Amino acid sequence: MNRVVLIKYGELTTKKGNRKFFINTLYNNIKKKMSGLDVSISRDISRMYIEFNDNDLDTVLEKLNLVFGIHTYQVAYKIDSDIELIKETARTIMHEKTGTFKVATKRSDKKFPIESIEFSRQIGGVVLKDNSNLSVDVHNPNTTLDIEILERYTYLYTDKYYGLGGYPLGVQSKGMLMLSGGIDSPVAGFLALKRGVKLEAVYFEAIPHTSLEARKKVIDLTKKLCKYSDSMKLHIVPFTKIQEAIYKECNPEYCITIMRRMMYRIMEKLAKRNKGLVIINGESIGQVASQTLTSMSVINSVTNMPVIRPVACLDKLEIIDIAKKIDTYDISILPFEDCCTIFVPKHPVINPNLGECLLNETMFDYETLIDETVDNVLTLNITSEEDKEFENLL
Amino acid sequence: MKKNIYLDYSATTPANKDVVDTFSKVSLDYIGNPNSLHKLGLESKKLMDASIKQIANLLNVKENEVILTSGASESNNLAIFGTINRYPNRGKHIITTKLEHSSVLECMTYLEKKGYTIDYVNILENGLVDLEDLEKKLNKDTVLVSICQVNSEVGILQNVNKIGEIVKKYPTTIFHVDGTQAVGKINIDLKNIDLYSFSSHKFYGLKGCGVLIKKDNIEIDPIIHGGKSQSNYRSGTPALALIVSTSKALRLALTDLDKKYDHVKSLNSLLRDKLSKIDGVIINSNSFCIPHILNISIPGVKPETMLHALEEENIYISTKTACSKDNSDSLTLTTLGYNHDISGYSLRISLSYLTTVEEIDTFVEILDKKIKELKF
Repeated sequence: MNRVVLIKYGELTTKKGNRKFFINTLYNNIKKKMSGLDVSISRDISRMYIEFNDNDLDTVLEKLNLVFGIHTYQVAYKIDSDIELIKETARTIMHEKTGTFKVATKRSDKKFPIESIEFSRQIGGVVLKDNSNLSVDVHNPNTTLDIEILERYTYLYTDKYYGLGGYPLGVQSKGMLMLSGGIDSPVAGFLALKRGVKLEAVYFEAIPHTSLEARKKVIDLTKKLCKYSDSMKLHIVPFTKIQEAIYKECNPEYCITIMRRMMYRIMEKLAKRNKGLVIINGESIGQVASQTLTSMSVINSVTNMPVIRPVACLDKLEIIDIAKKIDTYDISILPFEDCCTIFVPKHPVINPNLGECLLNETMFDYETLIDETVDNVLTLNITSEEDKEFENLL
Repeated sequence: MKKNIYLDYSATTPANKDVVDTFSKVSLDYIGNPNSLHKLGLESKKLMDASIKQIANLLNVKENEVILTSGASESNNLAIFGTINRYPNRGKHIITTKLEHSSVLECMTYLEKKGYTIDYVNILENGLVDLEDLEKKLNKDTVLVSICQVNSEVGILQNVNKIGEIVKKYPTTIFHVDGTQAVGKINIDLKNIDLYSFSSHKFYGLKGCGVLIKKDNIEIDPIIHGGKSQSNYRSGTPALALIVSTSKALRLALTDLDKKYDHVKSLNSLLRDKLSKIDGVIINSNSFCIPHILNISIPGVKPETMLHALEEENIYISTKTACSKDNSDSLTLTTLGYNHDISGYSLRISLSYLTTVEEIDTFVEILDKKIKELKF
């Protein structure tokens, strides 16, 4: 028997005029994800259909779980709309089940000789006769056997799986993600991707105060995000000179605030160069000194570009939950210094004053330093592909 | 000079040339200690991580479940002592078999002296573990069950998956499997196994490197202390070149595994067929044995005498296993119920995908000749 995955679209059903664009984007994303597999994908206004080789089922589902824009999906048996065949298939599907069940028939082919309710009743009878471990409960069944009768085909299915939800990646413009090695920023990136935002990641590095291991960590985190987006640019910003200048010239209590202001300034420049429209980061309200509302406001005032903070209102534990789900947590907790953890003053200011910031920033020529820094950014193209670096040795 | 006919692959295998190339390249080019913080260290670390990832992928386990050791004997010791040291309050009862390698059996003898009760599960006539007896012997004090997947002398392949299911009924009992004679020869499924030992040199890798797979839902204590190295469970500077070689050897060994298996199987039937026509040869390996190992007895001819007689003709086989060369009867064969006439006169022929039909032909021809010469 032929099986097929039926995909129900996520929130995109609400998008009237853009619906076709959303569906086409999802179609292309799924197609790209399935490359290398022998599948055939088709779509209509309400669903997408993937036909596959039976052996590939697990792989197909695994890959679908990496695609945004899917609300739910089912693995359905696709058979000819033949009454006897439907009965036999229903028996097969329900043979191993226990508990309560009901049959729900949808008949879009009105030429089909038996009415939906009557047909559900008949199929229910067939299933009950075959499997004595089942009983009928039409209100709260453990299992619902759905039968959809179309003109040429009939679909039968029971279990429904939830996809990632969100919008197909690429229906929005581009955002620039501030990616440190921590727990929060990869989660922020994931959540932005989920809303269809294309991403480029930016990592601030302060060699020799930070190590190449810290860089590798960020590359590995980017790779994890690439599972959802195929490939991603990672901009590595040589931040050492600016950071050293800050710590030499500025009030220690304001160092972190000013460092963040410098980062935002660089982010804006990089966004403009790379056609990014927003800055995205992993700031969470109140988590650290630079993330109080006062700090955010003072830091944010260097740019007019919207700053999206997907995890702003999540608790740390909620963020960790997502990090574990997307497999970034174990990488994030590796203990390498990043540029936010070096030179931390004993008492960073919690409620910074904008005037104080501006005064401190007159102490050195940051504009020249920023231009120089942006010119020396190293950009890597990261993919989720396995490293082929050691292929000749392994 | 006559060409060597090597039929002792279960003792050790010749290293694959590609593996040796990897070993020398890594030794020369990756000089950093993977635990060093500098660039050279990082390069080595990346290579080590990639090697471990490959091992994990090939065995369908997680990367943090791979512990590199110096060989299967260390892996077995680490599995056994690591478990009992970690869980001293879970009970003092251990179940194993008499078909184990000496690196398991000797641990058990030692632990018996230290107050542990060692139960040897019954072995059925066909060589398989008596599952009913295992269920009977298991109890809430059983801290460890240790059973080899493939016996090294006769080649019996246990259904470790089924055994694992039974052991799982006791959530505090840990199941260790010695897979030294299995990896690289047959398909491996580690689903129901907590700890799994094997060694590189049994599948055309190098001597001096072994693996212990430790599922991440259980814990063990290290037996070599000294802080984190390749893993928290085994200290010592990571032997990078050996680790990479092991990863490569495993990949190569598992490539075309089914095809290699079929070749060995056909050689095994050819060998059985020919040996069954020789007077005085008794075949001890049965249909539950992997085809790579064929154990025979020649009652009346001392095994060591035969070994040296064949050696004169550049043919190399083994008496019992290479690790148990004393003159006593084979414990494996005694356990299987054979009397002294069989268990005191056994020889092990072990085959490889590298073995050829011609080698089998010559071996049998010469064996026949030697039997006639040596048997009075």
